[in-house]
Amino acid sequence: MGDSPHTVTTMPAARRPGCPFDPPAELTEARGHGPMSRYTFPGGKPGWLVTGYDLVRSVLADQRFSSRKELMLHPTLDYGDIEVPPAPPGEFLLMDEPRHSRYRKPLTGKFTVRRMRLLTERIEQVTAESLDAMEQAGPGADLVTAFAKPIPAIVICELLGVPYQDRGSFQEQVYSFMDGETGDEELIAAYTGTQEYLAQLVAAKRANPTDDVLSDLTDSDLTDEELRGISLILLAAGLDTTANMLALGTFALLRNPEQLAALRAEPELADRAVEELLRYLSVAKTFMRTALEDVELGGRTVRAGERLILSYNTANRDPERFADPHVLDLRRQDGGHLAFGHGIHQCLGQQLARIEMRVAFPALLNRFPTLRLAVPPEEVPLRPELADIHGVKSLPVTWDA
Amino acid sequence: MRVTVDAERCIGSGMCALTAGEVFDQDPEDGTSVVLRPEPPEEALDAVRAAVQLCPGAAISLSADR
Repeated sequence: MGDSPHTVTTMPAARRPGCPFDPPAELTEARGHGPMSRYTFPGGKPGWLVTGYDLVRSVLADQRFSSRKELMLHPTLDYGDIEVPPAPPGEFLLMDEPRHSRYRKPLTGKFTVRRMRLLTERIEQVTAESLDAMEQAGPGADLVTAFAKPIPAIVICELLGVPYQDRGSFQEQVYSFMDGETGDEELIAAYTGTQEYLAQLVAAKRANPTDDVLSDLTDSDLTDEELRGISLILLAAGLDTTANMLALGTFALLRNPEQLAALRAEPELADRAVEELLRYLSVAKTFMRTALEDVELGGRTVRAGERLILSYNTANRDPERFADPHVLDLRRQDGGHLAFGHGIHQCLGQQLARIEMRVAFPALLNRFPTLRLAVPPEEVPLRPELADIHGVKSLPVTWDA
Repeated sequence: MRVTVDAERCIGSGMCALTAGEVFDQDPEDGTSVVLRPEPPEEALDAVRAAVQLCPGAAISLSADR
């Protein structure tokens, strides 16, 4: 193609007012121009913004596009020529093969569909306990603190083997480096504090193994440092992503009352509803890759060393892939969303997340038949767009006593 | 029709077991795909085709019997 591609000059810092579920208008507009746009990184380095479903999927499936941390560039801040170190041992999200597999392989057997289904009953219990507490303290609650955060937090902590009494303190630290608003100094303190805690936890599991994933992993050739990195990834992913899906998903259902009513009336809709909420909300919204060699993509040449920002939320709203993509339709049949990614880095915990949501959403709706927002929708505070995971900071709800 | 899984490509995502549970399971140790029914019944073929599409490692093939 000889035509010059559409160019995007900066990643949008906010969504359109009144559209908390839709990708920022600039990204949807970019998709309208074509599935990939030119993107110039701060400091003038040329790159790409990939917004179309097919191209995002093919980049994710192609290991000529690297996930290595040391090759990443911040999409909006110019750090000059500062050298980014490779991902620390165990933090396999930002690694390529074969390093990535060393850490991921021992974990895949622990997150199978079958194993996660066995947790259903426990997740139902945890959910019921959260709802009991919410009901007793209400009417009126912040759904984020009463429901969305505690359920996935308890589940991932139990799975990994974090003792109950330790949970509160370090959960807050993990949240603080995910919320997109924590200042640099505080961020470093939270990260260091979490690392110190996890180092102690690994040592404790080595000394006294218990029945959990981390203890199982001590029975391998993984070092303490590697186990700490793995734990950090699992906790960050397990604490923040599902929590945001639960809160933002509830917000989306409350804003689509006929969809909410359908889910309440038809429990068998739950599996499909979860997939549709994942597609519609795409809370993990952008990831990055770096071309390791020249690659032809979508009729253009991505040069070795160029970075690509992959926009999952526009890919999941791609009109060439999904009919009426901006409509939340819990009965939608066309699966294959990219909310968990694709390729070798596809979300390790996706089967856990599915079960948590499949249990939690219907339980919430059934417990509170009159659940509604306690503030006008435009007053629900959103996370800043530059946070890695999209969501609401709080979700004030109420119900009839 | 015959289903095969390329073990080298399988990443153990479980998408096949989720989508076509009567044809696929996962190895309890490493999570990789286990084909329960290499020649799936007619009524399972749509689900198997969906699993082929969804597989994040492009590890599943569905081919005509020879």
